[in-house]
Amino acid sequence: MSRSFTPKVVTANALLEGDVVYLTNDDRWTRSLKDAVLLMDEADADLRLLQAQAQTGVVVGAYLADMQDGPDSPEPIHFREAFRRKGPSNYAHGKQEQF
Amino acid sequence: MYAYNDFDKSFLASRNAQFRAQVERRIAGHLTEDEFKPLRLMNGVYLQLHAYMLRVAIPYGTLNSGQMNMLAHLADKYDKGYGHFTTRQNIQYNWPELRDIPDMLDDLGTVEMHAIQTSGNTIRNVTADHFAGAAADEIADPRPVAELIRQWSTDHPEFQFLPRKFKVAVTGSESDRAVTRAHDIGLRMVERDGVAGFEVIVGGGLGRTPMLGKVIADFLPREDLLPYLEAIVSVYNLLGRRDNKYKARIKITVHENGLEKIRDLVNERFVEIKARFSGIDQELFKNIEAAFAAPEFAVKSVDAYDSARQSDLVFRAWSDTNLHAHKADGYSIVTVSIKKHGATPGDASAEQMRVLAGIAARFGHDELRISHEQNVILPHVHKSDLPEVHSILKANGLGTANIGLISDIIACPGMDYCALATARSIPIAQQIATRFDELKLEHKIGELKIKISGCINACGHHHVAHIGILGLDRAGVESYQITLGGDHTETAAIGERAGPGFSADDIIPAIERLVEAYLELRQSDEETFIESYRRLGLAPFKAALYPAEDEKSDAA
Repeated sequence: MSRSFTPKVVTANALLEGDVVYLTNDDRWTRSLKDAVLLMDEADADLRLLQAQAQTGVVVGAYLADMQDGPDSPEPIHFREAFRRKGPSNYAHGKQEQF
Repeated sequence: MYAYNDFDKSFLASRNAQFRAQVERRIAGHLTEDEFKPLRLMNGVYLQLHAYMLRVAIPYGTLNSGQMNMLAHLADKYDKGYGHFTTRQNIQYNWPELRDIPDMLDDLGTVEMHAIQTSGNTIRNVTADHFAGAAADEIADPRPVAELIRQWSTDHPEFQFLPRKFKVAVTGSESDRAVTRAHDIGLRMVERDGVAGFEVIVGGGLGRTPMLGKVIADFLPREDLLPYLEAIVSVYNLLGRRDNKYKARIKITVHENGLEKIRDLVNERFVEIKARFSGIDQELFKNIEAAFAAPEFAVKSVDAYDSARQSDLVFRAWSDTNLHAHKADGYSIVTVSIKKHGATPGDASAEQMRVLAGIAARFGHDELRISHEQNVILPHVHKSDLPEVHSILKANGLGTANIGLISDIIACPGMDYCALATARSIPIAQQIATRFDELKLEHKIGELKIKISGCINACGHHHVAHIGILGLDRAGVESYQITLGGDHTETAAIGERAGPGFSADDIIPAIERLVEAYLELRQSDEETFIESYRRLGLAPFKAALYPAEDEKSDAA
């Protein structure tokens, strides 16, 4: 039996703005976690990450972040990813209003 | 203040043009991120959690009104209308876009500012006493020395790739407001037989291995300063460990090799280097010193100040906490709190920056300072102007009377912004300040330094706080560890860890229990928290923090 795999999303920062971005199912980059593709298979996740890391003219620092399947969006498991999704807690800079 | 000469201007212009070309090449895809990263870091550009961050150097924390207005302009034009003043006397912009950063640097260049060596394994912005040039207890203004070191260290070809970053702090006073013992090199001005010199401290630092610096030279003649500093840094450059990032700072080099060996090597190297210094540094220093001549202080009545203190209780409370003794009769040093209860420590809006610039131009001999405690100083204000200054500050959310009190908290950006952070700092600072404001206790508590870091790197100076708070990630949950008894002054001490960490929900009540215990334990209203702690030790404070454990051990 294969070891259990925690679902992932591919995330990075946009090269020009620095914004947090996530990879979508059709290999675009989105600012919204709910539009990200939740990768359930380890080999698929590794491949998508390699492809993302190759996009050096679009994003910086791509990595796989642990997520769980939420009702209408992947949900961060770690608080760091929750903050990246939402923005800083001291000012409402736009993204926070969605939560 | 020092004004750039033609060399400085042309150096900065060519450096900015060079970085502009590097940014363009990165965007065009001719540089990879691996190639670009060290170049952007050398120019103060980080990539943080949500955006790029530009860290702008404020050399030894000194600004004039034109420079402060420019900082406001950058906040408005390229950021979200505010900036964050840091414990390194710098300012950070949290939201610039990569394409805009070369324009920001050009704008800064027009007021003789830059972001060079605010990152990377180089000699960083030299910090100094924020009361420099104004303090009543000062031997001499440390800023000319800091400026000399800035000129020597900027783009120094031998020191662009040190084993690790390198921080120098200078103070000209007996009271150490520059935390000199927590820097790679700390310089304290001293006098011996009427001759000015320096006590040179080496190997201090906070971070994951906090250490207080050790005295490598108890009296260094002033003219030997640069060759001696060059000797220290070149010895470190060879001996410092490059195999392990966590053991690369000079504090570890000194610890592993011993102070005696380091001193011998530095002295040997000093002899070689000193011979190569032709005296040009001393000529430069004379010019720099002249640029920092004190303003012409006015002699006038302080009646307006005295009568405002009698008639206005709010002004009186503010003047009790936010003013410090000035060397000139009739003058005060004003510390403007940018820590209104519940606000983010160190953040100032563009509007507030403009207000501060305006006050400095009108009432403050055009000078401002940024303190490592993340406040803004108006170093030279005549007492007769203080009622009006206070009223302008108050109208702009800058009149909080809390300097040195429990809500005057140092907090790093933490996980709200920083990519290295393991927990948030800002909300903890906001909640502590708000809570003690609700309790209306802070003036009763008196002097108490709380400092919060969101990771082990200790940008928030928690190790040298009376109450230090370190935010950590414990199995995917934010956890806050308390240290007690630290001291950032001339009686520097590293705080002692109190025990297990607290959750984000439990940390505020824990601080409240700690402070309540202090109020019960102190011998008089005059005994400060740190004095009580030194008298009593950790035990009674630990008992207040962990009451359940105390009961358990009683039962056993």
